[in-house]
Amino acid sequence: MGPHVTWFDLIPGIGGLKDSLQPLLGRSWTWQVFQTTHFEITHVLVALVVFLLLVLGAASYRSSVVKLGEEAILPSPRFNIRALFESLADIVFGLLEGVMGEKNARKYLPFLGSFFIFVLFSNLISLVPGFRAPTDTLKTNIGLAVMIFLATHILGFKEHGIRYLEQFTGHLPLKSPLVILVPLMFVIEVISHLIRPATLSIRLMANMFADHAVVGVFFTLIPFLVPVPLMLLGVFVSVVQALVFTLMSATYISLAVAHEEH
Amino acid sequence: MRRNLKVLSTLLFAAVCFFASSAAFAADATTGGGSGSREMGLAIGAGLAIGLAALGGGLGQGRSAGAALEGIARNPQASGKIFTPMIIALALTESLVLLAWLIANALSGKIG
Repeated sequence: MGPHVTWFDLIPGIGGLKDSLQPLLGRSWTWQVFQTTHFEITHVLVALVVFLLLVLGAASYRSSVVKLGEEAILPSPRFNIRALFESLADIVFGLLEGVMGEKNARKYLPFLGSFFIFVLFSNLISLVPGFRAPTDTLKTNIGLAVMIFLATHILGFKEHGIRYLEQFTGHLPLKSPLVILVPLMFVIEVISHLIRPATLSIRLMANMFADHAVVGVFFTLIPFLVPVPLMLLGVFVSVVQALVFTLMSATYISLAVAHEEH
Repeated sequence: MRRNLKVLSTLLFAAVCFFASSAAFAADATTGGGSGSREMGLAIGAGLAIGLAALGGGLGQGRSAGAALEGIARNPQASGKIFTPMIIALALTESLVLLAWLIANALSGKIG
Protein backbone atom coordinates (compact mmCIF):
# COMPACT_ATOMS: atom_id res chain seq x y z
CA MET A 1 0.00 0.00 0.00
CA GLY A 2 1.35 3.37 -0.97
CA PRO A 3 1.23 6.48 1.22
CA HIS A 4 -1.67 7.96 -0.71
CA VAL A 5 -4.13 5.07 -0.54
CA THR A 6 -7.50 6.26 0.74
CA TRP A 7 -10.80 4.63 1.59
CA PHE A 8 -12.14 5.86 -1.71
CA ASP A 9 -9.83 3.46 -3.54
CA LEU A 10 -12.06 0.65 -2.23
CA ILE A 11 -14.94 1.92 -4.39
CA PRO A 12 -15.04 -0.38 -7.44
CA GLY A 13 -14.15 1.35 -10.68
CA ILE A 14 -12.58 4.44 -9.15
CA GLY A 15 -9.14 3.60 -10.54
CA GLY A 16 -10.61 3.33 -14.02
CA LEU A 17 -12.44 6.61 -13.51
CA LYS A 18 -9.21 8.29 -12.52
CA ASP A 19 -7.51 7.00 -15.64
CA SER A 20 -10.39 7.93 -17.92
CA LEU A 21 -10.90 11.43 -16.49
CA GLN A 22 -8.15 12.86 -18.67
CA PRO A 23 -9.73 11.88 -22.04
CA LEU A 24 -13.21 12.59 -20.61
CA LEU A 25 -12.23 16.20 -19.96
CA GLY A 26 -10.84 16.26 -23.48
CA ARG A 27 -7.48 17.74 -22.61
CA SER A 28 -3.97 16.65 -21.87
CA TRP A 29 -2.38 19.92 -20.72
CA THR A 30 -1.69 20.32 -17.02
CA TRP A 31 -0.87 23.20 -14.80
CA GLN A 32 2.32 22.99 -12.83
CA VAL A 33 0.66 24.37 -9.68
CA PHE A 34 -1.77 21.45 -9.44
CA GLN A 35 1.06 18.92 -9.77
CA THR A 36 -0.06 15.31 -9.44
CA THR A 37 -3.56 16.09 -8.19
CA HIS A 38 -4.67 17.30 -11.58
CA PHE A 39 -6.96 14.46 -12.62
CA GLU A 40 -7.73 13.04 -9.17
CA ILE A 41 -11.18 13.23 -7.65
CA THR A 42 -10.16 12.04 -4.17
CA HIS A 43 -10.11 15.59 -2.86
CA VAL A 44 -13.59 16.26 -4.17
CA LEU A 45 -14.87 13.10 -2.48
CA VAL A 46 -13.21 14.01 0.85
CA ALA A 47 -14.67 17.51 0.60
CA LEU A 48 -18.08 15.88 0.08
CA VAL A 49 -17.54 13.80 3.22
CA VAL A 50 -16.67 16.97 5.14
CA PHE A 51 -19.80 18.66 3.84
CA LEU A 52 -21.87 15.66 4.88
CA LEU A 53 -20.38 15.72 8.39
CA LEU A 54 -21.05 19.45 8.69
CA VAL A 55 -24.64 19.13 7.49
CA LEU A 56 -25.24 16.31 9.97
CA GLY A 57 -23.63 18.37 12.74
CA ALA A 58 -25.72 21.40 11.86
CA ALA A 59 -28.93 19.33 11.80
CA SER A 60 -28.11 17.82 15.17
CA TYR A 61 -27.28 21.27 16.56
CA ARG A 62 -30.55 22.69 15.31
CA SER A 63 -32.66 19.83 16.63
CA SER A 64 -31.01 20.07 20.06
CA VAL A 65 -31.61 23.83 20.22
CA VAL A 66 -35.22 23.56 19.04
CA LYS A 67 -35.92 20.81 21.56
CA LEU A 68 -34.65 22.96 24.42
CA GLY A 69 -36.69 26.01 23.43
CA GLU A 70 -36.11 28.91 25.82
CA GLU A 71 -33.46 27.01 27.76
CA ALA A 72 -31.15 27.08 24.74
CA ILE A 73 -29.76 30.40 25.99
CA LEU A 74 -27.92 28.49 28.71
CA PRO A 75 -24.67 26.82 27.66
CA SER A 76 -24.70 23.06 27.48
CA PRO A 77 -23.71 21.33 30.76
CA ARG A 78 -21.86 18.53 28.94
CA PHE A 79 -19.48 18.64 26.00
CA ASN A 80 -21.55 17.53 23.03
CA ILE A 81 -21.99 18.57 19.41
CA ARG A 82 -23.97 21.64 20.47
CA ALA A 83 -21.20 22.80 22.81
CA LEU A 84 -18.59 22.15 20.10
CA PHE A 85 -20.31 24.30 17.49
CA GLU A 86 -21.14 27.02 20.01
CA SER A 87 -17.55 27.29 21.17
CA LEU A 88 -16.30 27.36 17.56
CA ALA A 89 -18.72 30.17 16.73
CA ASP A 90 -17.61 31.97 19.90
CA ILE A 91 -13.93 31.73 18.94
CA VAL A 92 -14.58 33.03 15.41
CA PHE A 93 -16.73 35.85 16.73
CA GLY A 94 -13.99 36.91 19.15
CA LEU A 95 -11.44 36.99 16.33
CA LEU A 96 -13.69 38.89 13.94
CA GLU A 97 -14.53 41.40 16.67
CA GLY A 98 -10.82 42.14 17.07
CA VAL A 99 -10.41 42.73 13.33
CA MET A 100 -13.57 44.50 12.16
CA GLY A 101 -15.46 45.70 15.26
CA GLU A 102 -18.60 44.29 16.80
CA LYS A 103 -21.17 45.56 14.28
CA ASN A 104 -19.39 44.19 11.22
CA ALA A 105 -18.43 41.01 13.07
CA ARG A 106 -22.11 40.24 13.72
CA LYS A 107 -22.88 40.95 10.08
CA TYR A 108 -20.18 38.75 8.55
CA LEU A 109 -20.01 35.96 11.16
CA PRO A 110 -22.26 33.56 9.17
CA PHE A 111 -20.18 33.99 5.99
CA LEU A 112 -16.69 33.85 7.48
CA GLY A 113 -17.69 31.36 10.16
CA SER A 114 -18.75 28.83 7.54
CA PHE A 115 -15.39 29.27 5.82
CA PHE A 116 -13.65 28.70 9.16
CA ILE A 117 -15.61 25.56 9.97
CA PHE A 118 -15.21 24.09 6.49
CA VAL A 119 -11.46 24.75 6.38
CA LEU A 120 -10.98 23.49 9.94
CA PHE A 121 -12.80 20.21 9.35
CA SER A 122 -11.11 19.75 5.97
CA ASN A 123 -7.72 20.17 7.63
CA LEU A 124 -8.54 17.87 10.53
CA ILE A 125 -9.89 15.03 8.40
CA SER A 126 -6.40 14.48 7.00
CA LEU A 127 -5.36 13.15 10.43
CA VAL A 128 -7.84 10.28 10.10
CA PRO A 129 -5.98 7.41 8.42
CA GLY A 130 -7.23 6.80 4.92
CA PHE A 131 -8.30 10.36 4.20
CA ARG A 132 -6.47 13.23 2.55
CA ALA A 133 -7.18 16.85 3.33
CA PRO A 134 -9.18 18.49 0.54
CA THR A 135 -7.20 21.63 1.32
CA ASP A 136 -3.80 20.17 0.45
CA THR A 137 -4.38 20.84 -3.23
CA LEU A 138 -4.83 24.21 -4.90
CA LYS A 139 -7.97 22.93 -6.63
CA THR A 140 -10.02 23.38 -3.45
CA ASN A 141 -8.17 26.38 -2.08
CA ILE A 142 -8.39 28.53 -5.19
CA GLY A 143 -12.15 27.98 -5.14
CA LEU A 144 -12.36 29.19 -1.55
CA ALA A 145 -9.98 32.11 -2.11
CA VAL A 146 -11.74 33.30 -5.27
CA MET A 147 -15.03 33.26 -3.37
CA ILE A 148 -13.45 35.50 -0.72
CA PHE A 149 -12.05 37.75 -3.48
CA LEU A 150 -15.45 38.16 -5.16
CA ALA A 151 -17.21 38.67 -1.83
CA THR A 152 -14.70 41.37 -0.84
CA HIS A 153 -15.40 43.47 -3.92
CA ILE A 154 -19.15 42.84 -4.02
CA LEU A 155 -19.45 43.87 -0.36
CA GLY A 156 -17.22 46.89 -1.01
CA PHE A 157 -19.43 48.06 -3.88
CA LYS A 158 -22.54 47.41 -1.79
CA GLU A 159 -21.18 49.50 1.07
CA HIS A 160 -19.74 52.45 -0.87
CA GLY A 161 -21.40 52.33 -4.27
CA ILE A 162 -19.23 53.55 -7.13
CA ARG A 163 -17.11 55.52 -4.65
CA TYR A 164 -15.54 52.18 -3.73
CA LEU A 165 -13.18 52.75 -6.67
CA GLU A 166 -11.66 55.64 -4.70
CA GLN A 167 -9.93 53.02 -2.56
CA PHE A 168 -7.85 52.06 -5.58
CA THR A 169 -6.42 55.56 -6.01
CA GLY A 170 -4.27 55.42 -2.89
CA HIS A 171 -6.29 58.16 -1.11
CA LEU A 172 -4.24 60.91 -2.67
CA PRO A 173 -5.53 64.45 -2.06
CA LEU A 174 -7.45 65.42 -5.18
CA LYS A 175 -6.40 69.10 -5.27
CA SER A 176 -2.67 68.62 -5.43
CA PRO A 177 -0.13 67.81 -8.13
CA LEU A 178 0.14 64.32 -6.64
CA VAL A 179 -2.93 63.38 -8.71
CA ILE A 180 -0.65 62.40 -11.56
CA LEU A 181 0.35 59.41 -9.45
CA VAL A 182 -3.20 58.01 -9.55
CA PRO A 183 -2.66 55.68 -12.56
CA LEU A 184 0.44 54.26 -10.89
CA MET A 185 -1.40 53.73 -7.60
CA PHE A 186 -4.27 52.11 -9.46
CA VAL A 187 -1.99 49.55 -11.08
CA ILE A 188 -0.26 48.79 -7.78
CA GLU A 189 -3.56 48.40 -5.93
CA VAL A 190 -5.00 46.11 -8.60
CA ILE A 191 -1.91 43.90 -8.46
CA SER A 192 -2.03 43.74 -4.68
CA HIS A 193 -5.71 42.79 -4.82
CA LEU A 194 -5.03 40.05 -7.36
CA ILE A 195 -2.18 38.64 -5.27
CA ARG A 196 -4.43 38.21 -2.23
CA PRO A 197 -6.36 35.11 -3.40
CA ALA A 198 -3.09 33.56 -4.61
CA THR A 199 -1.36 33.91 -1.25
CA LEU A 200 -4.51 32.91 0.64
CA SER A 201 -4.77 29.64 -1.26
CA ILE A 202 -1.05 28.82 -1.48
CA ARG A 203 -0.51 29.42 2.24
CA LEU A 204 -3.17 26.86 3.17
CA MET A 205 -2.00 24.39 0.54
CA ALA A 206 1.69 24.64 1.49
CA ASN A 207 1.09 24.25 5.21
CA MET A 208 -1.26 21.29 4.87
CA PHE A 209 0.97 19.61 2.30
CA ALA A 210 4.08 20.09 4.47
CA ASP A 211 2.32 18.67 7.50
CA HIS A 212 1.06 15.70 5.50
CA ALA A 213 4.55 15.07 4.09
CA VAL A 214 6.23 15.20 7.53
CA VAL A 215 3.77 12.72 9.05
CA GLY A 216 4.16 10.52 5.96
CA VAL A 217 7.96 10.47 6.24
CA PHE A 218 7.84 9.50 9.90
CA PHE A 219 5.29 6.79 9.15
CA THR A 220 7.62 5.23 6.62
CA LEU A 221 10.51 5.39 9.11
CA ILE A 222 8.81 3.98 12.23
CA PRO A 223 5.12 3.23 11.75
CA PHE A 224 4.28 2.91 15.45
CA LEU A 225 3.80 5.60 18.15
CA VAL A 226 6.59 7.82 16.82
CA PRO A 227 4.35 9.82 14.43
CA VAL A 228 1.89 10.62 17.26
CA PRO A 229 3.62 13.87 18.42
CA LEU A 230 3.77 14.97 14.79
CA MET A 231 0.06 14.30 14.42
CA LEU A 232 -0.53 16.44 17.50
CA LEU A 233 1.49 19.14 15.75
CA GLY A 234 -0.79 18.50 12.77
CA VAL A 235 -3.85 19.32 14.91
CA PHE A 236 -2.17 22.58 15.91
CA VAL A 237 -1.27 23.44 12.31
CA SER A 238 -4.80 22.65 11.13
CA VAL A 239 -6.42 24.94 13.70
CA VAL A 240 -3.91 27.76 13.15
CA GLN A 241 -4.23 27.63 9.37
CA ALA A 242 -8.04 27.70 9.58
CA LEU A 243 -7.73 30.71 11.91
CA VAL A 244 -5.26 32.44 9.57
CA PHE A 245 -7.51 31.88 6.55
CA THR A 246 -10.49 33.38 8.39
CA LEU A 247 -8.47 36.25 9.82
CA MET A 248 -6.98 37.25 6.48
CA SER A 249 -10.39 37.08 4.80
CA ALA A 250 -11.85 39.19 7.61
CA THR A 251 -9.04 41.71 7.19
CA TYR A 252 -9.64 42.00 3.44
CA ILE A 253 -13.39 42.40 3.86
CA SER A 254 -13.02 44.92 6.68
CA LEU A 255 -10.59 46.96 4.54
CA ALA A 256 -13.10 46.95 1.69
CA VAL A 257 -16.11 48.00 3.76
CA ALA A 258 -14.29 50.42 6.09
CA HIS A 259 -15.31 54.06 6.05
CA GLU A 260 -12.67 56.74 5.84
CA GLU A 261 -12.19 58.83 8.94
CA HIS A 262 -11.64 62.47 8.12
CA MET B 1 32.42 47.92 11.70
CA ARG B 2 33.95 44.50 12.03
CA ARG B 3 30.49 42.95 11.52
CA ASN B 4 29.93 45.04 8.43
CA LEU B 5 33.24 43.86 7.06
CA LYS B 6 32.22 40.27 7.70
CA VAL B 7 28.90 40.74 5.90
CA LEU B 8 30.62 42.52 3.02
CA SER B 9 33.23 39.81 2.61
CA THR B 10 30.52 37.14 2.63
CA LEU B 11 28.58 38.99 -0.04
CA LEU B 12 31.74 39.48 -2.09
CA PHE B 13 32.52 35.78 -1.84
CA ALA B 14 29.00 34.92 -2.96
CA ALA B 15 29.27 37.32 -5.89
CA VAL B 16 32.62 35.88 -6.94
CA CYS B 17 31.23 32.36 -6.75
CA PHE B 18 28.20 33.40 -8.77
CA PHE B 19 30.15 35.10 -11.54
CA ALA B 20 32.74 32.36 -11.65
CA SER B 21 30.03 29.75 -12.02
CA SER B 22 28.22 31.78 -14.68
CA ALA B 23 31.50 32.05 -16.56
CA ALA B 24 31.82 28.29 -16.26
CA PHE B 25 28.30 27.89 -17.63
CA ALA B 26 29.14 30.18 -20.51
CA ALA B 27 32.19 28.09 -21.28
CA ASP B 28 30.00 25.01 -21.09
CA ALA B 29 27.50 26.55 -23.48
CA THR B 30 30.16 27.36 -26.04
CA THR B 31 31.43 23.79 -25.97
CA GLY B 32 27.99 22.50 -26.93
CA GLY B 33 26.18 21.53 -23.67
CA GLY B 34 23.59 24.27 -24.20
CA SER B 35 20.37 22.82 -22.81
CA GLY B 36 22.15 21.20 -19.85
CA SER B 37 23.49 24.52 -18.61
CA ARG B 38 20.11 26.15 -19.17
CA GLU B 39 18.47 23.53 -16.99
CA MET B 40 21.18 23.90 -14.40
CA GLY B 41 20.59 27.64 -14.32
CA LEU B 42 16.84 27.11 -13.93
CA ALA B 43 17.36 24.67 -11.10
CA ILE B 44 19.80 26.94 -9.29
CA GLY B 45 17.48 29.89 -9.83
CA ALA B 46 14.49 28.03 -8.41
CA GLY B 47 16.47 26.88 -5.40
CA LEU B 48 17.88 30.34 -4.77
CA ALA B 49 14.44 31.96 -5.15
CA ILE B 50 12.73 29.86 -2.51
CA GLY B 51 15.83 29.61 -0.33
CA LEU B 52 16.45 33.34 -0.09
CA ALA B 53 12.73 33.96 0.39
CA ALA B 54 12.64 31.45 3.23
CA LEU B 55 15.69 33.10 4.79
CA GLY B 56 14.15 36.56 4.66
CA GLY B 57 10.72 35.36 5.68
CA GLY B 58 12.16 33.44 8.61
CA LEU B 59 14.10 36.46 9.85
CA GLY B 60 11.05 38.71 9.52
CA GLN B 61 8.69 36.27 11.18
CA GLY B 62 11.18 35.70 13.97
CA ARG B 63 11.37 39.43 14.62
CA SER B 64 7.62 39.93 14.72
CA ALA B 65 6.97 36.84 16.86
CA GLY B 66 9.79 37.87 19.19
CA ALA B 67 8.37 41.35 19.61
CA ALA B 68 4.91 39.92 20.27
CA LEU B 69 6.26 37.50 22.88
CA GLU B 70 8.16 40.33 24.54
CA GLY B 71 4.96 42.31 24.74
CA ILE B 72 3.13 39.32 26.24
CA ALA B 73 5.94 38.77 28.74
CA ARG B 74 5.73 42.38 29.87
CA ASN B 75 1.96 42.39 30.07
CA PRO B 76 0.49 38.87 30.11
CA GLN B 77 -3.08 40.20 30.22
CA ALA B 78 -2.63 41.71 26.76
CA SER B 79 -1.95 38.32 25.15
CA GLY B 80 -5.45 38.09 23.71
CA LYS B 81 -5.15 41.50 22.08
CA ILE B 82 -1.63 40.87 20.78
CA PHE B 83 -2.45 37.46 19.28
CA THR B 84 -4.65 38.60 16.38
CA PRO B 85 -2.36 41.35 15.00
CA MET B 86 0.58 38.99 15.42
CA ILE B 87 -1.10 36.32 13.28
CA ILE B 88 -1.93 38.94 10.64
CA ALA B 89 1.66 40.21 10.61
CA LEU B 90 3.02 36.67 10.31
CA ALA B 91 0.63 35.92 7.46
CA LEU B 92 1.59 39.11 5.60
CA THR B 93 5.29 38.28 5.97
CA GLU B 94 4.61 34.78 4.74
CA SER B 95 2.78 35.96 1.65
CA LEU B 96 6.02 37.26 0.13
CA VAL B 97 7.61 33.84 0.65
CA LEU B 98 4.62 32.30 -1.09
CA LEU B 99 5.11 34.60 -4.08
CA ALA B 100 8.70 33.40 -4.24
CA TRP B 101 7.37 29.84 -4.13
CA LEU B 102 5.23 30.66 -7.18
CA ILE B 103 8.34 31.87 -9.02
CA ALA B 104 10.33 28.80 -7.97
CA ASN B 105 7.49 26.56 -9.06
CA ALA B 106 7.28 28.24 -12.44
CA LEU B 107 11.05 27.95 -12.87
CA SER B 108 11.18 24.29 -11.90
CA GLY B 109 8.32 23.61 -14.31
CA LYS B 110 10.53 24.77 -17.16
CA ILE B 111 13.15 22.13 -16.41
CA GLY B 112 13.06 19.13 -18.67
